Amino acid sequence: MTVIAATAPLIEADGLHKSFGDTAAVRGVSLTVRPGEAYGLVGADGAGKTTLMRLLVGALRMDAGHARIDGHDVVTDTERARSRLGYLAQRFSMYGDLTVAENVRFFGASRGVAGDELARRSTYLLHFVGLAGVEDRLAGVLSGGMKQKLGLACALLHEPRVVLLDEPTGGLDPLTRQDFWQLIIRLLADGVAVLVSTPYMDEAVRCTRLGFLHEGRVLREGSPRELTAPLDGRILELVAAPRRTVQAVVRADPDVEDVAAFGERYHVRVRAAAGPLERLPRALAAAGASFTALRTIAPTLEDAFIALLAEGRSDRRHGIEL
Amino acid sequence: MTAEPVIAVEGLVKRFGAFTAVDGVSFTVGRGEVVGYLGPNGCGKTTTIRILLGLLRPTAGSASVLGFDVQRDAERIRPNVGYMSQRFALYEELTVAENLAFYAGLYGRERHDVAERVGVADRLDVRAGALSGGWRQRLALGIALVHNPPLLFLDEPTSGVDPEARRAFWDIIYDLAAEGTTVFVSTHYMDEAEHCHRLGIMNAGRLLALDAPHVLKATRVAGPAWDVSAEPLLPLLEALGRIEGVANVSLLGDHAHAVTRQGAHDAASLRAALAGVGFGDVVVREAEVTLEDVFTALAGRGV
Repeated sequence: MTVIAATAPLIEADGLHKSFGDTAAVRGVSLTVRPGEAYGLVGADGAGKTTLMRLLVGALRMDAGHARIDGHDVVTDTERARSRLGYLAQRFSMYGDLTVAENVRFFGASRGVAGDELARRSTYLLHFVGLAGVEDRLAGVLSGGMKQKLGLACALLHEPRVVLLDEPTGGLDPLTRQDFWQLIIRLLADGVAVLVSTPYMDEAVRCTRLGFLHEGRVLREGSPRELTAPLDGRILELVAAPRRTVQAVVRADPDVEDVAAFGERYHVRVRAAAGPLERLPRALAAAGASFTALRTIAPTLEDAFIALLAEGRSDRRHGIEL
Repeated sequence: MTAEPVIAVEGLVKRFGAFTAVDGVSFTVGRGEVVGYLGPNGCGKTTTIRILLGLLRPTAGSASVLGFDVQRDAERIRPNVGYMSQRFALYEELTVAENLAFYAGLYGRERHDVAERVGVADRLDVRAGALSGGWRQRLALGIALVHNPPLLFLDEPTSGVDPEARRAFWDIIYDLAAEGTTVFVSTHYMDEAEHCHRLGIMNAGRLLALDAPHVLKATRVAGPAWDVSAEPLLPLLEALGRIEGVANVSLLGDHAHAVTRQGAHDAASLRAALAGVGFGDVVVREAEVTLEDVFTALAGRGV
């Protein structure tokens, strides 16, 4: 039975619903996250990411559904569920006029970690997150990246098996974001389950598995490669000008589903590439546009998300409820 | 036709006490250009914008906006520019139409097609408080445009909206630019930066480069990029970083992303080098260079 225990999900959400008045924030979300997995919740502000996290930490009561953290129901067994999880909220509040070390001691005490054990863990964690050497600095004067790392250290003090991170790297530079994600990967290597939310695709691509969250529902989930695979060979990059002519010509092609501008480049989503690759250069020239280049490129998660939203609309038009 | 730049910045410095927020920045922006400023929070983006709006005085250097000097003619700049900040102020209890009319009243002039231009014409009677993220963004853009300014400053305009709304927002920006509106955008997200005609890379107050995103990718990194998959991941990152000819390594989801120096490697030689340090089962594929690779190459900490 130990084999099953080792791979049993650490986060389980089953049919979660939560409304605030007339607004349905979470509408039937189910997901599981196993040890060593980083599950990314991707969606816009208002898609339900933060509400879902707050349901999982037991800060909000769901209207329907169940959630378990390491096997413990977050409603009926809240204390045990909470003891298994670390949570870094979007606005992590620390004490700006306490030092780094004092903040860690304070959060340790509030988590019931004290004495030698607290000293051992805080030394280890401050080293782990890269804050060794700045223990005596006031938290209020830390850079944004250092504050987030301090937040992560505080969230890990009670050695949780589950870590929930709500948009942890917003506003940080790419190098600091790399550091932060390498910390996440090291947690995964220790068998921790991580749930992380982000509105941005360049973050999401770092997760082992993703759920695209839209209007309170998970539209689709899978690894980044699984999510982009249906678009393999179906995204063309076009360089041409001027924009109005380019968009009109491209949209008129029978195999084109969508076109989006990125400066002077375009991502063109097609049903199949062969026809447009042959036709578009000629059609653009005939319309008087200047044509520079057209090639197949690897689909991005953004391409995948947009294709999924378009699919949803077309299903609704045909009377299929998502 | 005049070639006079819409924004001209020369040797701009701004210090707050001992802290240098903007450190010797020079650039120009031409009419109808969409120019981005990419960098982390605290790198000097917002300080630069506030100087260009005439709200902060530079410590040294000069800047002119629409031909007006930011120090001598600041009050002539603000009526002629639109500014959409990250935390824009909408009157939640007022409708879309009332919000637009209120701001038009402040400026004393109104662009009559503004609701159509930003795509809110069919929502004029909706309370701003009832709009979803993407529509709020459009209304905020409408407010920034309501007095028909030739220059628009956007501070992280599409933070937190879904990718479809972001693309729709950028289509509006491109239309405005095609008609001659100049747009200056700050962002800390690579996704958004890709949309700019030219992009400045900012770090710690310095402008490290300014060029088209595809030119930055072609000229500012050491060479080609590769996606490398093998287990376990963290040792793989370390092993890649030690291979001769590898300029930079980063983590991308379930695999590593490496930039190698021009001519140093192909897929086979990377596989062979990794096999030499014990990674037998390795998949190497040529990848696109990313703006993150550009930032890393410019801001330092290569291998």
